[in-house]
Amino acid sequence: MNSQTSREGLTRRQLLSRSAAVGASFVVGAGFVAGADAAWALETQALSPESMAALIQLARDIYPHDRIPDENYVIAVKVYDTADAAPAIEAGIAALDAVAQGRGYPSYLGTPWERDRVAILREMELSPFFQSIRGGLVTGLYNQKAVWPLFGYEGESYSEGGYLHRGFDDINWL
Amino acid sequence: MTAPFDLSDDSVVVIVGTGAGGGVLANELAQKGVSVVALEAGGRYLPEDYINDEWESFGQLAWVEPRTTSGDWRVARDFPNLPAWIVKAVGGTSIHWAGASLRIQDHEFRARTEYGNVSGANLLDWPLTRAELDPWYDKAEKKLGVTRTNDLPGLPGNNNFKVFEAGAKAIGYTQVNTGHMAINSVEYDGRMACQQTGFCFQGCKWGAKWSSAYTDIPRGEATGNLEVRANCHVLRIEHNEQGLVNAVVYSDADGNEQRQSARMVCVAGNSIESPRLLLNSASSMFPDGLANSSGQVGRNYMRHTTGSVYGVFDKPVRMWRGTVMAGIIQDEAHNDPSRGFVGGYEMETLSLGLPFMAAFLDPGGWGREFTSALDSYENMAGLWIVGEDMPQETNRVTLNTEVTDAFGMPVANVNFDDHPNDIAMRNYAYMKGMEMYDAVGATRTFPTPPYPSTHNLGTNRMSENPRDGVVNKFGQSHDIPNLYVSDGSQFTTGAAENPTLTIVALAIRQADHIAGELSKGNL
Ligand SMILES: Cc1cc2nc3c(=O)[nH]c(=O)nc-3n(C[C@H](O)[C@H](O)[C@H](O)COP(=O)(O)OP(=O)(O)OC[C@H]3O[C@@H](n4cnc5c(N)ncnc54)[C@H](O)[C@@H]3O)c2cc1C
Ligand code: SF4
Repeated sequence: MNSQTSREGLTRRQLLSRSAAVGASFVVGAGFVAGADAAWALETQALSPESMAALIQLARDIYPHDRIPDENYVIAVKVYDTADAAPAIEAGIAALDAVAQGRGYPSYLGTPWERDRVAILREMELSPFFQSIRGGLVTGLYNQKAVWPLFGYEGESYSEGGYLHRGFDDINWL
Repeated sequence: MTAPFDLSDDSVVVIVGTGAGGGVLANELAQKGVSVVALEAGGRYLPEDYINDEWESFGQLAWVEPRTTSGDWRVARDFPNLPAWIVKAVGGTSIHWAGASLRIQDHEFRARTEYGNVSGANLLDWPLTRAELDPWYDKAEKKLGVTRTNDLPGLPGNNNFKVFEAGAKAIGYTQVNTGHMAINSVEYDGRMACQQTGFCFQGCKWGAKWSSAYTDIPRGEATGNLEVRANCHVLRIEHNEQGLVNAVVYSDADGNEQRQSARMVCVAGNSIESPRLLLNSASSMFPDGLANSSGQVGRNYMRHTTGSVYGVFDKPVRMWRGTVMAGIIQDEAHNDPSRGFVGGYEMETLSLGLPFMAAFLDPGGWGREFTSALDSYENMAGLWIVGEDMPQETNRVTLNTEVTDAFGMPVANVNFDDHPNDIAMRNYAYMKGMEMYDAVGATRTFPTPPYPSTHNLGTNRMSENPRDGVVNKFGQSHDIPNLYVSDGSQFTTGAAENPTLTIVALAIRQADHIAGELSKGNL
């Protein structure tokens, strides 16, 4: 787990007393965003906590895997929480919110159904903002070794002597 | 033991690039007592250095300097600065390759005669027949230890192969086996047998797969006749007033420009860098680049008609376990225009690890349609289509003067449009691949678009007539007798087969030819 995402940083009670829930699954406070179940919390550096929460939701909406916990999406998008990257992200999230508002929702994050958020994204699919977030996630998310077991992928095998004696031909249902 | 040659030594043969073509040529010449300096842009990595991790390995070995793309191929949209997947290292792309080693079929050497006049295609017969090349194919198969040749057994089939084989048989294919692979099924040539680790594309850490990096190159060096200079990027080739090449200028490992004299130069930088180097070497005597009086340098770029099919099943396959490409179906490799296209294609097993699958399954894809496919990764089987594509004059490597590399040299632009024959073949092959997997219970199949090109061919093609191509049947340029091309860019047509065995056979044959010419005093 990354140093800036911490399971112990804030207690559930602290979180709830210092923050407001945005959307269904995030809690946003002064300078931090956290999972609604308080399983993780992240102190933001350059991005507003609201934008970070929206960015995490965006990452999940682009590559939704119900078995991957928020932490891995957080790790994938945390790279944008720098002084250099933040302005473009804030602008991109603002654009997302504007499209959401045009469809009658308070914000992107305040759009409850994934179906409706995806419709918002389809409208922005060709924007450089969307494309760069999506492109970054391809490695930012799927190249995290921690998510590989969720797909069954076993990764490196040389140190185990390959699969010659570990099931390279063990298929039994054909 | 490594021979140190002087920069001013003009008796040496200079080879540019040390991959499948250059690495083999360097060793073959060194074995015959010819002095060789091989210049390689990349560094030296051996099995202990290879990494069982797709992106990390890519960062270690791949050629990532900028290139640009144009044309209607999907790669130009999905990977605009990565037209090709090529290694930059001593050993070149023979470190990454999967080892599938097939001879080009007899009729494919006569593509123009066999297929006739295909509109929009710049087809030409090779100035070489299969029978003429067969003795060198024999030598190449021995060198590479190709399974199912010389009494070497086939590799055992892995999970991915078993699904592939069952599907093939279910739809009536009969020519299916675990391939002709340059991967040891038993200990051979001092290298151990395959341990089924499954990272063939990242360099074989056991050395079970042939690569010039740890076979031909060290053997050539051991003769004392070969000096390999790593991290030396050749910028241009120079010539004298008679129009004969006499030196190469390169940037050395410290970034200093050096000039190596040469009695002759063999270019083996792969089909993108080789034409780029010839074009970047333009002079007042050769304003269109070296060896380019035909105007064919860089043209007729071929990449095989490729594509993949992945099938998802209701139970695990774990296709990543074991050899990546040890499985082939050859029933579609013949020429049968009644299928709606000329030429044929091979189908071969293929697996990607999860990180590459995410990048290549459907580049640009997102949302649940995409992620639900990846969620089934463990239950996927995969195959690759490799078929003959049509040479087209406008599919070409040119210099992009607006983009320069770290040395200030214009980079290569790769322009490619699919020919209607390519599209018809790919669509037909997709249907067949999907049919195969459906026949053994696939619940979902994916016709996956071509990856950045792994087979890069044709940009300095062989021709009988100097008007039609760049080199003759020995790879000697038509225009400049002491300038040779020694890689896949010599291919007159692409044929359906993976190209490397042919590149190696041509390199061995070229070494015999060069040694002969040298001893006759012709070079
Ligand atoms: C993932 C993958 C799988 C493959 N699988 C197969 C397979 O199963 N079967 C098959 O037949 N083929 C396969 N191939 C293709 C095979 O690797 C190539 O056909 C073969 O390596 C090409 O040989 P080459 O000598 O033309 O070029 P390379 O092997 O690419 O060597 C070219 C070398 O030249 C160097 N170079 C270039 N420009 C310069 C310069 N200016 N100065 C100095 N050095 C330079 C490069 O750094 C490189 O090391 C595969 C390729 C890839 C990427
Ligand atoms: S599967 Fe075999 S050939 Fe491929 S990398 Fe592993 S040991 Fe080498």
